Amino acid sequence: MDKLTTVDGRAYPFGMKNVDTDIVIPAHWLKTISRSGLGKGAFEVLRKEPGNVFDDPAYVGSPILIAGDNFGCGSSREHAAWALGDLGIKVVIAPSFSDIFSGNAFKNGILTVVLPQAAIDRLMDVAKGVNGTPDPIHIDLESQTVTTQFQDRFTFEIDPFRKHCLLGGLDEIGLTLDQSDLIGGYEAKQAQDRPWIVPAAVA
Amino acid sequence: MVKARTLYEKIWDAHVVERRPDGTCLIYIDRHLVHEVTSPQAFEGLRLAGRKVRRPDLTLAVPDHNLPTTPRRDADGKRIPIADPESAQQLAALERNAPEFGVRLIGDADAEQGIVHVIGPEQGFTLPGTTLVCGDSHTSSHGALGALAFGIGTSEVEHVLATQTLLLKQSKTMAVVVDGVLAPGVTAKDVALAICGTIGTAGGTGYVMEYRGSVFRDMSIEGRLTVANMSIEAGARSGLFAPDEKTFAYIEGRPMAPKGADFEAAVAYWRTLHTDEGAVFDKTVVIDAADIVPNVTWGTSPEDVVAVTGVVPDPSSFADPSKQAAAQKSLDYMGLTAGQRLADVAIEHIFIGSCTNSRIEDLRAAASLLKGRHIAAGIKHAMVVPGSGLVKRQAEEEGLDRVFLDAGFEWREPGCSACLGMNPDKVPAGERCASTSNRNFMGRQGPGSRTHLVSPAMAAAAAITGRLTDVRELLNNKEGVVA
Repeated sequence: MDKLTTVDGRAYPFGMKNVDTDIVIPAHWLKTISRSGLGKGAFEVLRKEPGNVFDDPAYVGSPILIAGDNFGCGSSREHAAWALGDLGIKVVIAPSFSDIFSGNAFKNGILTVVLPQAAIDRLMDVAKGVNGTPDPIHIDLESQTVTTQFQDRFTFEIDPFRKHCLLGGLDEIGLTLDQSDLIGGYEAKQAQDRPWIVPAAVA
Repeated sequence: MVKARTLYEKIWDAHVVERRPDGTCLIYIDRHLVHEVTSPQAFEGLRLAGRKVRRPDLTLAVPDHNLPTTPRRDADGKRIPIADPESAQQLAALERNAPEFGVRLIGDADAEQGIVHVIGPEQGFTLPGTTLVCGDSHTSSHGALGALAFGIGTSEVEHVLATQTLLLKQSKTMAVVVDGVLAPGVTAKDVALAICGTIGTAGGTGYVMEYRGSVFRDMSIEGRLTVANMSIEAGARSGLFAPDEKTFAYIEGRPMAPKGADFEAAVAYWRTLHTDEGAVFDKTVVIDAADIVPNVTWGTSPEDVVAVTGVVPDPSSFADPSKQAAAQKSLDYMGLTAGQRLADVAIEHIFIGSCTNSRIEDLRAAASLLKGRHIAAGIKHAMVVPGSGLVKRQAEEEGLDRVFLDAGFEWREPGCSACLGMNPDKVPAGERCASTSNRNFMGRQGPGSRTHLVSPAMAAAAAITGRLTDVRELLNNKEGVVA
C-alpha cells in the first residue's frame, strides 16, 4: 500500500447522495481477476450523461472526490475502491460513508473524510472554483485537516490505527501475522470450550 | 454482578483474540464462505506473498454469481463451456485456487451448488454464535440463525484467509421490534421492505441489528433468512435473530453441523445466546405488524417503498431537497410519474430467485398462486431460479417445477441470476421487472433495467395479471378472476 500523508489538488464536485457501489462500478466490470484497470468502468452509467463531472476536462485527474451522504452503500465489492484508485482518487470527502466501503477504501490507501454537510457545500463551491476555474483543496492526514487557499479549515476524525497504517503504507496482513501466537492461543482455547465448532467432515 | 449484554455483545466478546487500547479488536472468524467474484485477487495476494490459508477446514468455496442458469453439463456429463470468457475465467480461477489452498469447493454442477447464502445454512455450515464472513454484502443473511455474519471486501477476504481474523471496531446495537401478527398475504419480504422504508438505506449504518418481537419469533427460519438478508439494505452490516428451538431443529442433521453429543453440547451453548434482561440497545425502532402491507418499491433505492395499494410519491413531498432531486431522477429512470397508481404499472419480466427469496418456502408461496393459472400476455419473460441444487430437487419432488412450467415460467439451474448483471440473465433496458431480489439500484439487473422489489407471492401475482398487483386480491379469489 502506498503511503498517504498529504493530498493537494482539484476535486470532483460530485455531491450525489446514496451513491451505491453499483453506480461506482457496475457488476459486469467485476469479472476481472485483477485489481487494476477498473477506472475505465468507474461511474460508467453517469458518464454517459453529457456534461458529467468525471469527463469534464476541468476535473479529469483530480485526486479528490466530494460526495453526498451514505457514499458507497450496497454491495461489498472492493472493485469500487479499486476503480476510484485507478481513476487517481486518493481522498473521498462526504458527510457519511457505508461501513464496508470505508473499510475497503482504507485497505487500498484511499482516505475517507467525514465532514458536515455545511463543510461539504463549501468545498463543493471551492472545487467548482470561486472565480469559475477549479480551486485546489489540501488534505493533511497528520493534522487531520482539510484546508483551502481561502482560509477554510475543517478538521476530521479518523481511527488512530487506520491513520497509522495510511501514514506508513503498512500491510495489515503482515501486522496480524506477527500475532500468530495469540491467534493460536485463541484456537486452542476454543478447541477446548467449543470442540464442535469445526465443521463435520463431508465425505 | 455480570453486566447484562445484548446477543451481539455476547458473540463479540466470545471472539476477541486481542483488545487494543483504542478499542480495536482482533476478532476470530469461525466461518468463511468464498465465491468466484471477490476471491481471485485475494488468493493471488496470498500466492505473491507466499502465504497459506490458515484454516481451510473453516472455509467453504462455491461459485454462484457468474454461472449461467442454463444446464452446465451435456448428456454425457461434459461441461458446457460458459460463453463469456471473463466469467469462465473467474470460475476457472476458483477451481484452481480452492484445491491449491486446500479449501473444499462445491463444484458448479454438484447437487449442493447454489447461492453462497443459501448453501451455508442448508449445509449446516452456518451455526448460531459463530462469526461468519464472505466477500458479499448479503452475508448478513446468516444472522437468521444467530451467527454474527457480515460482508467484507477482497482485502479482508485475503486477511481472513491468511489469519482467520479481522481487525474490527465494535458496532453500535439497534433493536428492530415488530410485535403483532402479520396479515394474510404479508410476508417476511414485506417486513424487510417496511424496515428499509422506515429507517432508510443509511439508517442502520454503524449498527448491528437484532430482530425482536413476536413477528420474528413466529417467523420460519427461511423467513428470518429473508429479513436478515436485507439488513444491509437498511445500512446494517449484520442483523441477528436469537437462536431458538426452530433454529436447533433446522440445523440438526445437516451435513456439516455437529452430530450426536457434539450437537447436544452445541445446543446447550446456543441456549445462552440471547439478549439479557436489562441489556441496553443504542437505538430501538418499533414497527407495528398491523401497519405492514404487501410492499413494492417505486424507485432506485430499497428505501423507496410504498404499499402496492398506494401511488408513486411526488418528489416535492420529501422534506429533504437532495431527496427531492434523487426521487425525480429515480422516477425519470423508472419511467413513472408522481401520483400514478402502483397497481396500474405494467410488468414485462418476472424474476423469482436470489439469496433473498429462492428457498423452498418462497417457491411454494409463488407456486400456490400460480397453480392452474398462466402468466399474462404482456409478460415477455418469467423465470424461477432455485437457490440451490437441493432446493431445486426438493421443489421437483413436490411438483412445483410443473406448476411453474405450466404457468409459463422457465425453471432454471441455481445461481445469483438476474439479481445482478453478471451472468446472461438480465432485464433489457427500459423494461420492467417484478423481482424477488434485494436491490433496485439503477442498472442492477442489467443496463437500463427497471426493478420493482416484491415478495415471491407478489411476483407470482404480477405474473398472473401482467401488472403490479396486491396479492390479497388473488388470495381472496381462487378462481383467478381479478377485478
